[in-house]
Amino acid sequence: MAGLDHSHLPPPEKRDPAAERYNSRLGLILFAIYLAAYGAYVVINAFRPALMDQVVFSGINLAVASGLALIVGAVILAVLYAVRCRLPKGDRA
Amino acid sequence: MIHEPSSIAVIVFALFVAVTLGLSFYLGRRARTAAGYYAAGGSVPWFVNGIAFAGDYLSAASFLGICGMIAFYGYDGFLYSIGYLAGWVVALFVIAEPLKRLGRYTFADALDNQFRSRAIKLVAAVSTLVVSVFYLIPQMVGAGVLIKPLLGFPHWAGVLTVGAVVILIVATAGMASTTYVQFLKGSLLLLFSGGLTILILQRGLKADPSPEAAAPQTVTVTAEGQRLVNGKPHGKGEGQADLRPVGHVSKLPGGVSETGPLGPVEFLSTVRESEVVLWTSKRTTDDAGNTTTTYSPKPTSGADVLRPGNSPTFAGLQKESISARLNFLSLMLALFCGTASLPHILIRYYTVKDGAAARKSTVVGIAAIGCFYVLTLYMGLGAMTGGAVDVSNSNMAAPLLARTFGELPFALISAVAFTTVLGTVSGLIVAASGAVVHDVLTGCLKLEMTDTAKVRIGRLVAVGVGLVAVLLGIVFERMNVNYLVGWAFSVAASANLPALAMLLFWKRTTKQGIVASVLAGMVSSLGWILLSGDTFNDVYGVSAARSPVPFSQPGLVTIPLSFAVLVVVSLLTRPKVT
Repeated sequence: MAGLDHSHLPPPEKRDPAAERYNSRLGLILFAIYLAAYGAYVVINAFRPALMDQVVFSGINLAVASGLALIVGAVILAVLYAVRCRLPKGDRA
Repeated sequence: MIHEPSSIAVIVFALFVAVTLGLSFYLGRRARTAAGYYAAGGSVPWFVNGIAFAGDYLSAASFLGICGMIAFYGYDGFLYSIGYLAGWVVALFVIAEPLKRLGRYTFADALDNQFRSRAIKLVAAVSTLVVSVFYLIPQMVGAGVLIKPLLGFPHWAGVLTVGAVVILIVATAGMASTTYVQFLKGSLLLLFSGGLTILILQRGLKADPSPEAAAPQTVTVTAEGQRLVNGKPHGKGEGQADLRPVGHVSKLPGGVSETGPLGPVEFLSTVRESEVVLWTSKRTTDDAGNTTTTYSPKPTSGADVLRPGNSPTFAGLQKESISARLNFLSLMLALFCGTASLPHILIRYYTVKDGAAARKSTVVGIAAIGCFYVLTLYMGLGAMTGGAVDVSNSNMAAPLLARTFGELPFALISAVAFTTVLGTVSGLIVAASGAVVHDVLTGCLKLEMTDTAKVRIGRLVAVGVGLVAVLLGIVFERMNVNYLVGWAFSVAASANLPALAMLLFWKRTTKQGIVASVLAGMVSSLGWILLSGDTFNDVYGVSAARSPVPFSQPGLVTIPLSFAVLVVVSLLTRPKVT
């Protein structure tokens, strides 16, 4: 547990507007992708619940498959974001 | 149901509480400054913070409430898992980094960064307090639920015990100890939930076609206050009766009596092809004033169990009711927008050193939380088919499921769940106390305070908020904890998210716009909840039909309303260009 001295805040982070803009745009793109998937899931559940009953593979219905896919998809997009984000100039190794 | 306390459970439980308290005291002695108390000095490693995110987020509602809802109604509980996780996408991709850049201790710091307005600090603090208290209620109810089978205490004593331990933790420690307690608890919760899921899959499914397993049960409270179960006085002695544990498969595919160990996909497909007995309850009062709750078995096909629309909350989806659809959309919107607006989650961004660490810890958090939510489906279905569910209380499903594997798993799962409550409650209380001291006293009222005074007053506020939470936890005993959390999400999403998002993405946002939006979101969502059919039915005991609002979840109306108020007020108050 590095740094168990929790008494003082670290100095403010270096700013790099270009990296911030890039990260923010990347975040919004990934957000839009997920929003579309989540929106489709919610709308199907609300207006075509019978569709959720269809078996999609190995005896698993669309409700379970799409629910699990949304959870796993969020983790994959999060990892992608963390890998693709830029660090502020000067912090890059 | 009457639950026998078990000595091994008590020992494991005491051990967990002792370790948690020990850790808190050890780290608490180091938190002498305000930066240490409220933000752990911004020096928590990102991995620890990520698991602590999971610890903070996977509250009693997730563990007890979702498992209970799945055990009682099937897929409907899983809808919450999906919504809760989806909310993290908003937090990571949209809110995390700018918030970290703009603030220091509380989310009011970020809102107020460019305006330096006392009014913003005040409304943000009030909203933090309201959301924290709303979120505290289900945690406290969950605590009472856990203590009951574990130590044999009544509900109120359980709530009081948690209250006392948490107040002790927060009043002596602060954000650093809360973080490490959350880290510990988040790791253990994942580990034991994984273990429990393996046990469920190993056991497979077993059919019990006996008529006794599916016989209806009744609980009557007579006009004189006597409690009868199935017509006999409630108790475990001779001539007395207690509710029978329920939850079983009545038919397995192929007519077999048991399946043996199943793989994760096979388990789900087998449940889909089986017939499971779910239970419905109905309360009636006769002319003599005796109130009887009848629990009736309802054999349900697995295909129905694994699709939305079985719970009373979402039943209208299958009947194509417009208000049920709007209610559903409203809840899913609130869950999506709520995560990124919860004060105790937002302050966790200030415990790491920079934006990159905030990002990495969120990714760790999402991965841990995602794993857990996948497991909720197995634990819930395991409880539904494991023969141990208390038909009168959905919140108990997960610990009682663990008990079917022996006293030790029961003790471990209960102790972890209890630490879960402790951790989440401490986080919420630190957030609330930060809001009062940092935003109201020093930010809004401009009181000059030394660092020591800030910490001392923060601790006093923590005690006060803790006491309020204990009282509310006793009052709301019977409600599903997960459902209550849904409300907290709605208030948070309506009050906080529009202001945060517009501040980040709309340059014309003014301070008056922010204040009006937070107030409009908070007041409208709270008002809607207090007037909703569910509150009429479950809290006031009045028919839901008398509720003036068309559906119970407020988000669909109040989130757009809060956005609209911000835009209109900002345009009306835009500074004149000279």
